[in-house]
Formats: sequence, structure tokens, C-alpha cells
Amino acid sequence: MSTATLTKLVSDLAAGRVRIVDLTQTLSPEFPQISLPPEMGQCWPFRIEEVSRYDERGPAWYWNNFSCGEHTGTHFDAPIHWVSGKDLPGNAVDTIPPENFVGPACVLDCAKESAADPDFLLTVPWIKKWEKKHSRIPPRAWVLMRTDWSKRADPVEFQNYDDTGQHTPGPDVDTVKFLVAERDVLGFGTESIGTDAGQAYHLRPPYPCHYYMHGAGRYGLQCLTNLDRLPATGAVVFAAPLKIRNGSGSPLRVLALVPA
Amino acid sequence: MTQPLIRPKRKNPVLRTRLPTLPPGTRSRVALGLTAAAAEGRFALQVCRDCGAVQYPPREACQACLSVRLDWRAQDGAGALLADTVLHHSNDLFFRERLPWRLGLVRLDVGAAVVAHLHGDVPPAPARVRITARLDRAGQAVLVALPEKETPHMADDRQLREFTCDPKFRKILVTDGKTAVGQALVTALAAAGADLIWVGHTEPWKKFAGFDELAALPQVTLLPLDVTDSKSVREIAAEIGGKVDILVNTAEYHRTFGIGNRPGVETARAEMDVNYFGLLRLAQEFGPAMRSRGGDGQSSAVAWVNLLSIYALANFPLHGTFSASKAAAHSLAQCLRAELRPAGVRVVNVFPGPIDDEWNQLLLPPKVAPEALARAIVQALRDGIEDVYPGDVAQEWLERWRENPKALERELSA
Amino acid sequence: MSARRGYEGVAVAVPVTVPYVRYSVRSAHWWLARALGEALKRSGLKKTDVDGLTVSSFTLAPDTAIGLTQHLGVSPRWLDHVPLGGASGVVALRRAARAVQAGDADIVACIAGDTNHVDSFRLTLANFSQFARDAVYPYGAGGPNASFAFLTAHYMRAYGATREDFGKLCVAQRANALKYPHALFKKPLALEEYLSARPIAEPLRLFDCVMPCAGAEAFLVLSEDRARTLNVPYARLLGAVERHNAFPSDPIQIRAGWALEREALYAQAGVGTGDIDFVETYDDYPVISMMQFEDLGFCGKGEGPAFVRANTFTHDGSFPHNTSGGQLSVGQAGAAGGFLGLVEALRQLTGEAGGRQVAGAKVGLASGFGMINFDRGLGSGAAILAAP
Repeated sequence: MSTATLTKLVSDLAAGRVRIVDLTQTLSPEFPQISLPPEMGQCWPFRIEEVSRYDERGPAWYWNNFSCGEHTGTHFDAPIHWVSGKDLPGNAVDTIPPENFVGPACVLDCAKESAADPDFLLTVPWIKKWEKKHSRIPPRAWVLMRTDWSKRADPVEFQNYDDTGQHTPGPDVDTVKFLVAERDVLGFGTESIGTDAGQAYHLRPPYPCHYYMHGAGRYGLQCLTNLDRLPATGAVVFAAPLKIRNGSGSPLRVLALVPA
Repeated sequence: MTQPLIRPKRKNPVLRTRLPTLPPGTRSRVALGLTAAAAEGRFALQVCRDCGAVQYPPREACQACLSVRLDWRAQDGAGALLADTVLHHSNDLFFRERLPWRLGLVRLDVGAAVVAHLHGDVPPAPARVRITARLDRAGQAVLVALPEKETPHMADDRQLREFTCDPKFRKILVTDGKTAVGQALVTALAAAGADLIWVGHTEPWKKFAGFDELAALPQVTLLPLDVTDSKSVREIAAEIGGKVDILVNTAEYHRTFGIGNRPGVETARAEMDVNYFGLLRLAQEFGPAMRSRGGDGQSSAVAWVNLLSIYALANFPLHGTFSASKAAAHSLAQCLRAELRPAGVRVVNVFPGPIDDEWNQLLLPPKVAPEALARAIVQALRDGIEDVYPGDVAQEWLERWRENPKALERELSA
Repeated sequence: MSARRGYEGVAVAVPVTVPYVRYSVRSAHWWLARALGEALKRSGLKKTDVDGLTVSSFTLAPDTAIGLTQHLGVSPRWLDHVPLGGASGVVALRRAARAVQAGDADIVACIAGDTNHVDSFRLTLANFSQFARDAVYPYGAGGPNASFAFLTAHYMRAYGATREDFGKLCVAQRANALKYPHALFKKPLALEEYLSARPIAEPLRLFDCVMPCAGAEAFLVLSEDRARTLNVPYARLLGAVERHNAFPSDPIQIRAGWALEREALYAQAGVGTGDIDFVETYDDYPVISMMQFEDLGFCGKGEGPAFVRANTFTHDGSFPHNTSGGQLSVGQAGAAGGFLGLVEALRQLTGEAGGRQVAGAKVGLASGFGMINFDRGLGSGAAILAAP
């Protein structure tokens, strides 16, 4: 049975009956990077240095060395990333069971609300309304918060700082608890620079998505793009981080299989 | 009567750019004592410790008593112009391109006779003059005879300008305008007559305090510039590099850790990435164009200023990794100086003591105010000085370091 | 000071000039070889007869006199390298004369020569002296012009010399040169042309400066007995002096070593200024010739301008001076310029001066000056020769 499924999948892909949508931002030095208060340790932005380019440093080849943090660009957060998940089994990118790298996706379209209010918080009532329209969120699914934030090409607008900090949408405290306890999600994904809202420092507890998701051994995806090309339900997401020993996350290629 | 400098006409892009030439730059080792003093803005001559005779040209033994105990001592330069001439011919390319050129023979009141470049406001011999030492385009000390008293627009003298890096009518890049020092420098350079000041800043999504004031200055153009990103540096260099006359590298990453009080290397790496590798990236991308414009008329490429730190000379353990990154930057800046000197571009290294900013919050005064530091840098450019130690702490540490570096090492780790 | 010995029995003979050219691709060795060869030819001597050698040259590097011995295949028992520029002739003569008197050498060839490639002058100056490199060339003159401009301007202001005074000397020298076949300048020089020539370093203009070229000069020093045996015309050396870095505390040069040594010179020669029939001064710039008139006793210090105005300086004038034209009209073949005056003096005293012969010349004075180290010429010397 599985053989037939897989064979059909391959032929459906070749025939275009199943499409692949790339949910990944391009890694480049310009891509905005999270920055913490100056006295703390910082996560590296993406940097790339040419080693040779068909020249005296290497006549027939071109290659680069790059550097970045585990949380640079489109990236995966593992439970070990947060204090609340630090002791769970299988909590690092190299110990997460690989089955968890594939899962169905529910895409929650908050684009209008986010355009009106950059501090928009996703609430339980909002989700319940969505479920009425689309269907209940299945267990072990990625919940992806579509805000169209990835369309903000200007880094200034993407980061959206003022002197009270960053202003980007995210889930509120009850939402995260609900998704973990009532819907048994695989993880939460956003288009902005964090899974939590930009002003989540002021929620109680601060950064509830990190706190409760990772505290329950679930995962995070951020800086996703092209969520507007996914159906509300039915897409299957492949999100496999680099196998870094004891890693807290990594940049990765996030791909969605979507019916044509 | 020196005519005030007028803004040069727009460069004709069709014409070939004149390449830099240098005055004769070879000196004996003992003559480099003159250069060492001029590099810091001083005029010094050898004085015999045994008989007091003043020596010129520099030499190995006293011309009066043969003693070899000769010490370099500061001179006030007062003297009498005995004869003057105007060169209308020279075999030397640099001077050939700049004829006619005025020279004088001056007898210093302390006894020695010197050949000197003659400022246009000095009357024909006989006349009283004041000799000063400046670095010429080859980076070597030369003596300049100035009028006894200050004259109007004295700094605009055509010959004197060949020894200075005056910001007036020049285009300047300040690599980081976010910091207090960066902003003070931009303001000071604008006041000094710079035509255009590009101001770099990182993380443009975080508007910094003072941004609006800077942007309001008519000379200022703000540019995103991240010296840790090779591509950012390359793109900005491609865009403006061909026009930069003076580059002031104020980009700095300063944290207050030694070795044991910050686990991991991430902070120290960030300090190196900005303070050392940032300089390297800037030098690789901006250097070639500046080198080619070292002889490009009145507003030629003329200086590269590095904001180092007095901690570059002797490690300050409380800011130990920062000190080490500044020491690395200092060494690299000396390499850059060697590479830019053949083009007549002066590398100016600035070694302030603690600046009165947030990272030096816990250090007791005296601390250098950003405005004072900016003024010192602008004055160094005007005087053509290449090693600048602004502020009391820098001056004191320099003296201690020169006198007994091991003692300073102990004093800083007390 | 101990009494000086005279130069009894010393003869100077065989004046040789290898014709000058503006530029030569040959090296200094070629020019010096030709000078020695010509001296041998004219004297009938074999190379092995010459057992002493002095060499003066700016462009012989990396060789000095010793390298030249192997290059030319000579084995002297007395050798001296004399790198004193315009003072080389007089100093070489003094050294050679003492060697001959002491029997250290029987026949000394004193040779001087330089080549001139298009970059020779510049390269010679670039490595001329430590003081020049540290304290003069950075100021742009590319040579001694600035130092001599200062000197000239100061002298003019201090003693009232005018450009016309200097011009008179140059014009007379040119007239003399027209009768000297080896002079590179072939056209007369009018005072107006001298005054209005292209400025070089004020107040010096084009005709105040020598023209570098390639060439060589030589003479032999031997005993009078030997000269008679060889049947070569010769002159007797009556006296010769040298003094270097005289007056170091003068703030600017107004005099040189001749002022300190002239009494000894005339005493040694047994003559006074009135006995001198012609004078060959070292003329790198006309102001220096005027200083030599003063310092050699022909007039007082500061009286140079008056002396020039009161005399005429052609070979047939009241004060025959630089009778072959001097360097200013012949050309300066490097160190050979320091020999030019002595060689011309020899020709005058042995009847070889052709159309510029000073009538009845019996006693002549040739002086040398050279090596502008920083702001002044350091080397100086003078010799008095007499017909036998």
C-alpha cells in the first residue's frame, strides 16, 4: 500500500498533479536578523565570503564559506532552544525523531488583521471561527500563521521597530496553550522574525509561544514565505533542520506539497 | 596674501585622472627622527646632551663636540629667512607638476640652518619666520617656513595644502554615524567645510537617536553600511568609492569583558569582526579607488582615518578582548599605511583614551567627550598629522608606555 | 702649524681631453680608458710605465679606482680614488705630486671622466649625499640649483652684485669657448640673451647652470727630470692647497677654503696675485667664480662685483679667466669638470692653447670647488703652475 502511495506521489509530482511550494526565504546578508539588547550574546546574521571564483585562488572552481546562527533566515526552533524545554527527551535537532519533520499544515490567514495592526495577536476565538469554516485542526499538524509579513521586502518594514521595540504579529498566551493542550499540534510557524509577537516580552509569561510550545516538546518555524500559495488545509510540509549535534535549531529548506 | 580656497569645478569625467606622484621619500634612519615627531605634530631637532649644540641635518654625532649622545627635543622654530628662491624647474615629477615652488634658507635662532618650503605669505628675505615640521605627500617630514604671525586663510596656501588633509571641499565617508562619536564627527566635518559626507549605519530598521538631526544636514547622505558584511562594503564602495576623498572608519564594537568573565568566544569574535575584519574589508574595497585618486587635483583622495584606542598599545584587561581587537586593527592599519603611502594617501591612526559613552560608563573620568574627539580628528586632518592621541588619558598612557611598557602592563592590571 | 714642503721637482704634463658629447651610451670605464690611452699615446709611454693612478668619476659605480685597475689591465704601486667632484683635479694633483716626490710612484696618471645617459644626472643626484637626500631633495630642486639660488640671492643682496655682473663673466667665457674646439656650445652669448633666459630657480636662469655631458680629462704627474727625458712639454707645480668644510659656522656660504689657505698657497709658490697671468676658476655657477676672485685674493670680500665691472675676462682681456670657456660654456662632464681648469692651465703654459693663448703666459692658477653636501660646497683647493 505504501509502495503504491509513494509511486503515485512521484508520478503525481512529475505530472504536476502535486506541486511543491517553497516556503523558504533566500539566505543572504541582507535578510533581517533578530537582534537582542547589546549586552547579550547575539545570533549571527548570514555572512558569506568567497573562497575562489575560477581564479588564482582556485582556477576551475567557485565556492564560498558562510556563517550564520542556528536561528538565521527561515529556520527551525527545537525544544532545547527554550529554558522550558531544556530537559525533554529528543529535544535537539539531532535527536528529534525524523517522522516529526513531515506533517500536515493548517494555514490561518490573518493577513488583513496584521495589515491593520502589526501587533495583532491570534486568539482562541479567532481559531475557532477558522475551524468552523475549514475543519478542526488535526493532531500533529503544523499551524502556520499567514500574515503576508514576508511581502515586506524593505528590511525596515520587516523588522518594524520603533523606540518601544519590535511590532510584529503572533499568538497570544491562551492560543498557544490551546494549540498544545487541545489540538496536539506539531509546531507553530510564522512569516515574521519570531514565532512570538514582537511585543511578546510584555505578555505573561513573556514569549508564550516559545515557552509553551518548546516546553511541550513542540517546534517552531519562522521567516516563512509563500503561505499565500497554500490551501487553508491539505498541504503537507517537509521541515527537516540540519543535524547539528545538540543543536537548538537551524536554517532549513521548508517545502510544502500541495494539490494542484 | 593667501587667497581663500575656492570650491573646485566639477571634475570632467572624460579627462584622464592624474596619477599620484610623491616628493623624494628616502631618508636615513637618523633623519626619520624628524618624521617621528612630525607624525605627532611636533617639530624636534637633535640637541647634544653634552654641549647643547643643535644639529641639522640630522646626524649621528654632534658637529661641535663629536658626542654621540644626541636627544630629539621640541623646537619653537623661530628663525630668520636668509635667502629665498622660486623653483621654475625640477627633475622631480612631483614638483615638476606643481611649479613654480617657493623655497627658503632659514637660520634658526638656536643655530642651525635649514632648507624649508616657504609659505606664500612670508615676505622676501630678510624676514622673520617660524619653522614647523609637516609630513609631505610621501609621508616624510619636511620643514615649512610660516609667517611669524598667523595670516588670513593661512591654511589655504597652495604649497601648505600639499602637506595637509584638509576636509574643506572634500567628500568624506564616515563609516558609522550611529555612535555619539560618529555623529559629532559628521557635525565637525560639516563645519570644517566638507562638501559631502556619506554616513554609514548598520541595522537601518533601528532608527538611532540623532538620526533626524544628521539627515537634516545638507551635506549628509545616509547609507546602510555593515562592515561585517563583505557584500555591503563592496556595494557601497562600488557606488561611492570613486569619489571618497577621506574615509573615516568609526565602526566599532565595544564590550567590556576580559577572558574569564564572558564564557564563549562569540562576543570577542564580534569585536574582531567589526574592529579588525571590518577595517580589512573596507581597505580592500575602498583602497584601490582611493589609491588611484591620490593626485586628483585640489580635492584628491587624501586620508584614511582609523578610530583605534589607546588600548591598542597596551591591553586594558577590563576591556581585554576589545583591547586585543584594537591592537589587531592597529597592526593592520600600519599595513594599510604602507599600502596607501605610495599613492600619497595618509593613514591617520587615532588612539583616544576611554570615550564618554555607554560602554565606558563604569570608568571614572577623565573621559574624552565625543565632540572633543571629533575636534581632535578634524584638527589632525588640517595639520596633516598621522598619529593622534586625544585627551589626557591617552597622553598619559602614551608617555607611560613609551617610558616603560612593562610598568604600564603592571599598572593596568593592578 | 708645521712648515710645508714645496713641490720642487714636480712636473705636470700631457693635457688630455676626450671630446665631450651631450649623451653617451658608453659607461664611465670607456671614457676613462680613452683618457688614459690618449695620455699614453701623446707621451709615448707604455702602459707599464705608468705606476701610479688617481681616478675621479661619479658614474663609475659600482666600481672605484681599484676595479678600474683590472678593467684597464694596469698594476699600479700607488692608487687613489678621489671622489671630490670639482675639487678632484687639485686634490689628485696634490696626492700625485707627493707620491712622485717620495718615490712611491714615478709617473702618475690623473684621470677623470663620466658618462651621461639620459638619467645619469638624476641618478647621480639621487644618491649624492646623506644630507642632500635628507634635507635638500625633499624640497624639490632635484639637484644643487636651490642651494646655489639661495647663495646667489644672498650674495647679491649682501654685496650688491647684479645679474649683469654674472652675465659679464658668462659672456666672456662663451667668447673664450668659441676658440676651444671641444666646447659643446658653439654660438656666442649676448648679455641680453643671458638676462632673459628661462628661469630655473630665481635668481638663477638657464645660462647660470652648467650642462651635464659625457667626457674625460687627464694629465700626468712626474718628475721634471723624467719629463725632460721623455721630451714632453710640462709645467712646474709651484704650489697647491686644499681645505674642506671651511667656515662651518657661516649661516650661508659666502666664502670657501681658499680664504683660509691662500696665504700658504702664494707663500709656497713664491708668487703674489699680481704674478698670475690667468685664472681658471671652478664655475658651476658664476657666483662661485666671483667668490674665488675674492677668496684667492684678487679683491677683497664683497668686492667681487666691483672687480668684475673693472676688468675684462676674455683670453685677451685684463684678467684672462676660464680661457677655454669654463664648464658653463664647455659642458660639465661630471668629475672631469674638476680637471677642466687644470688641463686648460697646462695647455696655456705649454703653448697648446691655440687661438685663445694668453700672451706671455708664465704663471697660472687653477682652482677647484665641489661636493654640495647640503647647503654649501665643501671641497675647495687651488694650484699654481708655471711654465718651465
